[in-house]
Amino acid sequence: MCGIVGICSLKGPQSVNLDLLKRMTGALRHRGPDESGIYIDNCVGLGHVRLSIIDISGGVQPIHNEKKTLWIVYNGEVYNYPELKDDLLDQGHRFYTSTDTEVILHLYEEKGPSCLDYLNGQFAFAIWDSEQKELFLARDRIGIRPLHYTIFQNCIVFSSEIKSIFMIEEISRQIDPIAMDQIFTFWTTLSGKTIFKDIHELPAGHYLTTTHNSINVRKYWEIPFYCPEGLKKSSFQETREEVYTLLNDAIRIRLRSDVPVGTYLSGGLDSSGITTLVKKNFNNHLRTFGIHFEEETFDESSYQNYMHTFLKTSHVGITATNEQIGSALSDVIWHCEKPLLRTAPVPLFLLSKVVRDNNFKVVLTGEGADEVFGGYNIFREAKVRRFWAKQPHSKVRPLLIGKLYPYILNDPKLNIMLQSFFAHGLEQIEDPFFSHIIRWHNTSKIKTFFSKELKESVSQYCCYEDLRGRLPESFENVDYLAKAQYLEMAIFLSNYLLSSQGDRVAMAHGVEMRLPYLDYRIINLMSRTPSRWKIAGLNEKYLLKKTLQAILPAKIINRPKQPYRAPIRQSLLNSTSSNSIKEIISDSSLREAKLFDLAKVKMLLKKIQKFQRASELDSMALAGIISSQIIFDTFIKRFSPQTIQPITPTLLIDYRSGCI
Amino acid sequence: MNHINKVKEFIIENFLFGDADKIKEDTSFLESGIIDSTGILELVSFLEEAYGIIFSDEELIPENLDSLINIAQFIERKTNSGKD
Repeated sequence: MCGIVGICSLKGPQSVNLDLLKRMTGALRHRGPDESGIYIDNCVGLGHVRLSIIDISGGVQPIHNEKKTLWIVYNGEVYNYPELKDDLLDQGHRFYTSTDTEVILHLYEEKGPSCLDYLNGQFAFAIWDSEQKELFLARDRIGIRPLHYTIFQNCIVFSSEIKSIFMIEEISRQIDPIAMDQIFTFWTTLSGKTIFKDIHELPAGHYLTTTHNSINVRKYWEIPFYCPEGLKKSSFQETREEVYTLLNDAIRIRLRSDVPVGTYLSGGLDSSGITTLVKKNFNNHLRTFGIHFEEETFDESSYQNYMHTFLKTSHVGITATNEQIGSALSDVIWHCEKPLLRTAPVPLFLLSKVVRDNNFKVVLTGEGADEVFGGYNIFREAKVRRFWAKQPHSKVRPLLIGKLYPYILNDPKLNIMLQSFFAHGLEQIEDPFFSHIIRWHNTSKIKTFFSKELKESVSQYCCYEDLRGRLPESFENVDYLAKAQYLEMAIFLSNYLLSSQGDRVAMAHGVEMRLPYLDYRIINLMSRTPSRWKIAGLNEKYLLKKTLQAILPAKIINRPKQPYRAPIRQSLLNSTSSNSIKEIISDSSLREAKLFDLAKVKMLLKKIQKFQRASELDSMALAGIISSQIIFDTFIKRFSPQTIQPITPTLLIDYRSGCI
Repeated sequence: MNHINKVKEFIIENFLFGDADKIKEDTSFLESGIIDSTGILELVSFLEEAYGIIFSDEELIPENLDSLINIAQFIERKTNSGKD
């Protein structure tokens, strides 16, 4: 796992500043502390920092083909590289390393952009064709590894993280109001956008090519979904066996590594499933890592401890205290590079440090199972609301809602009032957003805290229309769950879960997460599996539970699902964290950033302090306001390229005129 | 209906953060989205404390809680019945 940067002229030869390239690469040092390298010629400069995992001694990048006409910088892992390499050897390709990086380069040489169809993994890479003068950038199907770019002075400037693009001081750093509107609705930006104006994200499942004077961005993979006629005809039993076989294989190839691999173990179904399969089938001396919380509402210790004792793994559990969460928020925002409506990324940032301190660089995690197998409450909520919509006056049907949210609706007295809340939009059963509209409408209410300026700048923009325009053509033909799963994967998975709770907080400490449930073969299989097997009645992830039943204790299979959440009010407004946070939301800071309405923010703080608790909505508002202010403070007001140390490259390939 | 003003003030300060023009006497809290799912808890606690009343399970229904006018009428009934 690594970090990549580059500058490529779109108008023929144009000198690239080597010192700048070293500084841009230096801004990614946390992603690759082991080695670094640079390629530079008269049109392009590529930079790389390396976290050595495969071919420790021989894998320094950039890596070239036989003729040294193609050069690659690469962040990620392609797990099926040994099989791909065998084919390439048969076709006469010769290799000078034993890395997956070199396999991708030769596969590109052989197949061009369609090489991407063959890769099973998580990656973002750049290949420079020095003969054709063409740059090729690509990102994995789901968007596990990040890649951003901007166009500046007839050049494309790209990087794993935005901070290294900002090392070019002339590139303007401004918050994009549209991105604010999206985040304060969907919890993240829509694909392609970042919080910064004119800084783009290469969307998941896309590649980018440069030709004379222009860039082309193309989609090579779409989240699969099928109308009922397109579903597989296999029996439940056959499908269950197929899931088991695929999951086992997804784990097997994700254990390919020249360094030891651990797992994250929360005590939930998904991570318990992965950990058990690794322990049982591949690694009997397994290290596991997990998070505890101070408050019972968030803590899963009893299940976590039960599981690691049951499996006899060597377990490291850390307690993410409220105080630590508050204190680490600024660092986390520096890595995540976007406002957050929740604090859940912070404990994962604290955990990756402990993983690294224990000399581990790679962990397998359970992310993605909820999206792929149908685990989220929002899916069950959609099912209940559809059922209820058929008999809107039923007194009994809405009672099912209470079953979904015991942690919010813990007062049975309030059931009837809360049902009315979930009745909103009940008549819009055919709307493609039916499953998510309550969540989005609810979240949107916190835009009330936007400043007058910010409100005005988004007054002509409608994020729902924007999203509607992006939906695939045949979307209306699929059932409620396939629609909801698509929305969840297209919006939340790549841009929030795999980024703010994934790559960014793990790579902050040089730790690579690998995600077996997001193997594209499993995604394909599940997209062709009937919804009734994913959520049976209201039993979520039914097929996965049945698949894991033989190897997991009943206590884990049957436990109520507990969404991973972290405290917000207690972390952000406690006695120790409050000084720096008070400063970030002080009158003068709020006035300077011009993002939020000063008077309203004060009323929110007063309310939270008075009640000594905060509703879901007030908590989101608090996290959103504080993290947006941190973005402004860190990336706009105080950002200073001079403080970043340039790399001293382990490998420097300098092909500029006169340098060969 | 001085109940209305007192409750209105509470809602403007705690749920609308000052946007006084977003609420009328008959605005439905749930339909307009003024109060979120957990906000109901705060509203009920406020009413119980401010008026010294206790809501029974059966009374926690939109007819009693979903607008300023519903609340005011409910408080009226509740406080009067207490005096009997």
